[in-house]
Amino acid sequence: MSTDRFAPGDRVRTRATDPAGHTRLPRYARGAVGVVVERAGEHPLADERARGRSPSAQAVYHVQFRAAELFGAGDHTVTVELWEDYLTPIEEAR
Amino acid sequence: MSGDHSSSVISAEVRHVEALLEARGLLDAGEIDTRIDEFLAGGSPANGARIVARAWVDPGFTARLLADANTAIREVGLSMAGGLQEQRLKVVANTAEQHNVVVCTLCSCYPIALLGPSPSWYKSEAYRSRVVRDPRGVLSEFGLELPAGTSIAVWDASAESRYMVLPRRPEGTDVLPEAELAGLVTRKGLIGTAAV
Repeated sequence: MSTDRFAPGDRVRTRATDPAGHTRLPRYARGAVGVVVERAGEHPLADERARGRSPSAQAVYHVQFRAAELFGAGDHTVTVELWEDYLTPIEEAR
Repeated sequence: MSGDHSSSVISAEVRHVEALLEARGLLDAGEIDTRIDEFLAGGSPANGARIVARAWVDPGFTARLLADANTAIREVGLSMAGGLQEQRLKVVANTAEQHNVVVCTLCSCYPIALLGPSPSWYKSEAYRSRVVRDPRGVLSEFGLELPAGTSIAVWDASAESRYMVLPRRPEGTDVLPEAELAGLVTRKGLIGTAAV
């Protein structure tokens, strides 16, 4: 199932919870606001695969964060590749 | 966190599982080593360097490379399809305004087909944890001092894509042929921890 909830330019907030098992949402990028810059294909969610399940593919996005948003300092950007499940539209997150 | 497992408990466990699979006839002896060898075969930073050299001499190729790297690199006889499935490649271009650097903070994801096996520092926890927070400081330790006005973009290979940096063509290389240009490109340049 292709979901495709986001498009380049959309502001999103990442999930803040610390899951019990494997995830590919890095700790430093949790609960942070970023901008979708590009769709990066679709893949089964790694978290589910690590639990021995066979989830259907979902969209993956390059999401760009300002360093100050992630670390409270810095003038660079960090672009992380994130599954749709990790992301909430910024309007809904508020 | 991954790291050097050569003498660790997990290595012993992997060898034990491998032996059980072989004993049950599910795996031929040495099959894993053979598969790994096949995966690594032909993987070399010379491949990435060839891509860069072509991009430096052919603006049309550069545009195709940045838009759809998987398709573009087939023009120089390369592919990201050497593993179990084709991996998506994203090439990010350095400019006077922006320098790019690649990391995998979660493990050590890396385009082996284009860069060869990754250097040990790429897999180190120090590089992985520090370059996302303080790229300018880490690059300085690599001997790369960027102008204050050059912004830095860090790319974390946290999912299925693999990244390669397209360095800027050095000044004074206008007369060099493509093959010699490729010789200027280093593995660090393709990761972003060197200028070229």
